[in-house]
Amino acid sequence: MNAGTLQHFFAMGGYAGYLWPAYAVFFIVLLADFVAPALRRRRLMHELRSRLARKAARQPRPAPTPTEPA
Amino acid sequence: MSKWIPLWLHKLGSPPTFYRFAGALRPWMLALALLTGAIALYGGLVTAPADYQQGDAYRIIFIHVPSAWMSLFIYGVMGFAAFLALVWRIKLAEVVAMESAPIGAAFTFITLVTGSLWGKPMWGTWWTWDARLTSELVLLFLYLGVIGLYHAFEDRRQGARAAAFLALIGIINVPIVHFSVNWWNTLHQGSTIRLLGPSTIAPGMLWPLLTMMLATKFYYLASLFGRVRTDLLDLESGKDWVRKIATGETPQ
Repeated sequence: MNAGTLQHFFAMGGYAGYLWPAYAVFFIVLLADFVAPALRRRRLMHELRSRLARKAARQPRPAPTPTEPA
Repeated sequence: MSKWIPLWLHKLGSPPTFYRFAGALRPWMLALALLTGAIALYGGLVTAPADYQQGDAYRIIFIHVPSAWMSLFIYGVMGFAAFLALVWRIKLAEVVAMESAPIGAAFTFITLVTGSLWGKPMWGTWWTWDARLTSELVLLFLYLGVIGLYHAFEDRRQGARAAAFLALIGIINVPIVHFSVNWWNTLHQGSTIRLLGPSTIAPGMLWPLLTMMLATKFYYLASLFGRVRTDLLDLESGKDWVRKIATGETPQ
């Protein structure tokens, strides 16, 4: 594909100003739809882990098992 | 027969089972969406011929029409899940309904914007208050209403039930959007794809359109599964299966 046909492709018969923004909206909106839940999931996992860590810290430690007499 | 089917469905409806099921399927759905989407884009933008009336502007159809179909399809799924959620109080159905709403809203927004970008060169206007366009805008407001109502409650499940009720009422708008081009005089063209009888569209234009329709379906499943998984972890955060996932005892 040479530069001429590529230019012809991007010109879209003079409708480039309408066609490419439409395709851009399609991809940007779907990308946002995909990324936003992924970020939410990361936040949630972080929250769950810190909640578990706090819970573990609050619980009394198990009594140390006796080792050999001194 | 009737004994094992409900049991199988019942198991799939349990949050930990669905979490694993959705997690296993999601990468495949995403890969299929990207593959069929790329093929459809190549077909629509490169190999399909220009329209004899609209030139290359008609190529917006390859994203506009599949998005419009998805805006109605997702509403149908959301309405059905809302019904299950209201009648049987199935937690998974609530989650599917509530997590479908943002994806449906995204596709409805895309439909309206791409339609506007198509309307300007073809009709000479960005917007007109005709039946098809107005009912599609109402569809967007219904989605936004469901999302808003869901988040307006302190208790997530109470919010889901209120929003499910709204989703169920709003389903009346789906046939209105679909048949609006037949019921009222409109600037919007009628459908050219028919399930029954021959479609009035050239085959070179039809296959990229149908392929993109498949791609958007796969995308919806991939997005929905991801969203539902996160929501289930959040809703069941006190349960042991979630603890095991958070600590890494069981794989994510």
